Amino acid sequence: MTALVSPTAPATIPSATPYLQMRGITKAFGTLLANDHVDLTVRDREIHAVVGENGAGKTTLMNILYGLIHPDSGDIVIDGSPVRIRGPRDAIAAGIGMVHQHFQLVPVMTVAENVVLGQEPGGVVIDRRAAVRQVGELSERFGLVVDPTARVETLPVGVQQRVELLKILYRGSRLLVFDEPTAVLTPQETDELFEILRGLVAGGKTVILITHKLNEVMAISERVTVLRQGRNAGELETAKTSPAEIARAMVGREVLLRVERDEPHIGEERLRLDGLKANSDRQLPALDGIDLTVRSGEIVGIAGVSGNGQLELAEVIAGLRPVTDGHVFLGGEDVAHQATAERRVHGLAYIPEDRQARGLVLPFDVKDNLILGSQSRPPFAQRGQRNSEAVEERARELIRRYDIRPPDPEAPAESLSGGNQQKVVVARELAENPKVLVAAEPARGLDVGATEFIHRQLIEQRDHGLAILLISSELDEIFSLSDSIAVIYRGRIVEVVPSAAADRERIGLLMAGGTIEGGTPSASQVAQAAASLATEPPGTPPPREAGSPGQAGPQ
Amino acid sequence: MDIVNTFATILARPDLWAGTLRFAAPLTLAALGGVISERSGVVNIAMEGMMLVGAFFAVLVGAATHDIVLATLASVLCGGLIATFHGVASIHLRANQIVSGMAINLFALGLTSFLMFRFYATSGTPSDIPALPDVNIPVINSIPFVGAVIGDLNSIVWVSILAVPVTWWFLFRTRIGLRIRAVGEHPRAADTLGVSVFRMRYLCVILSGLFSGLGGAYLALSVAHSFSDNMTSGAGFIALAAMIFGKWHPVGAFLACLLFGFGQSLGINLQGTGFPDQLVAATPYVLTVVALAGFVGRAVAPAADGVPYEVGE
Repeated sequence: MTALVSPTAPATIPSATPYLQMRGITKAFGTLLANDHVDLTVRDREIHAVVGENGAGKTTLMNILYGLIHPDSGDIVIDGSPVRIRGPRDAIAAGIGMVHQHFQLVPVMTVAENVVLGQEPGGVVIDRRAAVRQVGELSERFGLVVDPTARVETLPVGVQQRVELLKILYRGSRLLVFDEPTAVLTPQETDELFEILRGLVAGGKTVILITHKLNEVMAISERVTVLRQGRNAGELETAKTSPAEIARAMVGREVLLRVERDEPHIGEERLRLDGLKANSDRQLPALDGIDLTVRSGEIVGIAGVSGNGQLELAEVIAGLRPVTDGHVFLGGEDVAHQATAERRVHGLAYIPEDRQARGLVLPFDVKDNLILGSQSRPPFAQRGQRNSEAVEERARELIRRYDIRPPDPEAPAESLSGGNQQKVVVARELAENPKVLVAAEPARGLDVGATEFIHRQLIEQRDHGLAILLISSELDEIFSLSDSIAVIYRGRIVEVVPSAAADRERIGLLMAGGTIEGGTPSASQVAQAAASLATEPPGTPPPREAGSPGQAGPQ
Repeated sequence: MDIVNTFATILARPDLWAGTLRFAAPLTLAALGGVISERSGVVNIAMEGMMLVGAFFAVLVGAATHDIVLATLASVLCGGLIATFHGVASIHLRANQIVSGMAINLFALGLTSFLMFRFYATSGTPSDIPALPDVNIPVINSIPFVGAVIGDLNSIVWVSILAVPVTWWFLFRTRIGLRIRAVGEHPRAADTLGVSVFRMRYLCVILSGLFSGLGGAYLALSVAHSFSDNMTSGAGFIALAAMIFGKWHPVGAFLACLLFGFGQSLGINLQGTGFPDQLVAATPYVLTVVALAGFVGRAVAPAADGVPYEVGE
């Protein structure tokens, strides 16, 4: 990622006249004040970032602007005149276009059909040729390469986003709202998107960018409006602020953007993988002889481009995926063919990659989610009967210790924010004093505050002697937490290095397989891995393992 | 080789093929209605009830006015009215659409039985109700075989056949058709572009009622020339099967209806041949089960079919 480039030159700001003003916007959902007298002022032809943690009210504010939600009170003024926006139709008429976080595209229809929907050329019958032509022209004019006749479901995510953008350009929108546009993009696609945004602003458009990624704010925006818990928490000039200042405004206190940790006190071997092999869901070899050791008091980070066996590795250790060959030693005992429950008794804990699908039973309340896996053991069950008091007591203790909000043991897990859901998972997994923790993408999708909290917990547990295997596709996370880094490529650990001695460029290159092999899927992986590094790759790739024959890598 | 001969004789009968078209007509109308409704995202299993109500009111209004246009109009409108109930339940009230559809089927059965008893308790429906006209095509009429098959079909049979390309054109070539399909696949996407999800869905559900009502009119005013309790006897469900069999496509649904119509016609034509006609009468239902058991390959419904749309979530 082109991290922290200086923002676009102030010269591109033509005037200080506000193009959009939202004043005193208030919206309550039940007792929750999602927006509490929020003001937003966006100048003509600027890229304006709206930042805040999850649940700060960013998306609510934008949905109000787009007419999807009706505010309880507040005014919207566009170009000096007040407007009433009762629905998307009014918003479109007022020149507002929105690229939603979850794409609003009909997968089975073509690009052209998706773009013109609602404003189709022709009379009763659609002039389909005109639709294709107009969309083609539009995509050419704005440099958004896409085939108008392609079906949307066949397009990669980055291209689908261009279709979303074409939709609002087709409607002649002047104010373009992007809700977390980079969440689904690779670093390379993100750079491309930012180039497009700059081009649009140069062409007279005004852009609002909703995000919680600070490096994006610094890289592209001119001004920032910060929201916290539904209220304004600051309006900053990007050029005159710093990530730390924005983070402080977002969270309301000092935030450590870097995790502090002491030297590890490494103890005995806790987890050892020996020649471990397993298949992917499609029954292709996904793990091709993994050898790895994690000891007490250390965090071993698995670095790799997604799809190189990380997911399978976590599942195999957790007991969710059969081992085809090799051993999993947990505290010296081979558990490779034991059930999940037995492994947990041996002290294994697991933070799954997808907390909503795997980590929690969403409709269940917090207290039941906090004892999942231990529900049939004392003290939670006695002689086959559930001991409600013990369950309650455990819940209250963990809610307090992990600051789970709302502090209500009866709240259904699905009503919690992503960060609090993850706290429930982490609290439960650490509650039984495990010996080994497998943490897969523990901070995925979490905001600054929640990420910091989760990371602190991991470090604290490591200091208490827990052996942690950390799997993450965020190289920053790997580097800031791990004591040693193991690079996985095509189901093999290609190198293990102490993180103090690890070199980002080299790790990135190893992630990409060391060399570019013609015609294999690794070409795009190389691009991805290279893009996740700030600098140019060095000349000589390490020869090890790269391109060894006979490996059907995970696709 | 007796059976082979019997079948050969029957296949050569124009009656078999004319019957196929006649039996397929009400199924086609109901199935096309179903396609339209489900393409907009509203599951409709209430074609049976809508047809039944349409059939009854065709007879009631026909007997009172002796006017075929009024009788047909009444059945179509009653079908539409019943469909509106389904629309309100499944669009505004976000009820389970299967339950709502089933409720309408049961309600229609009860209502028509009750009204039947109320109006024609002892005597049965009057015989002086008007009939839907047949279409006599002069030149084709005199061609051997072909003339006997299509030279003298009922007007509604032709309407049902013409409705197939018209429905296709409506759904796949018009602006409103694109919006309907978008609403059935991804209502939120349509909503964010200012397309009214509710308006599209009401339109389509009511259209399905109009189509089914017409199918009912045909059953009462042409096929049976009377009304009797539960006279649709599952035609609406066969139409439902045809719609799925035809993969929610007008042409596919029509071909499925032809197949089911052929099964029924074959059953009639086998009567008196010594072949167990109960078995043959079961053919369309067996075909239905085979069709639904995935024999036709995986049928993919519109993505938002049966999912109520909630504004502003």
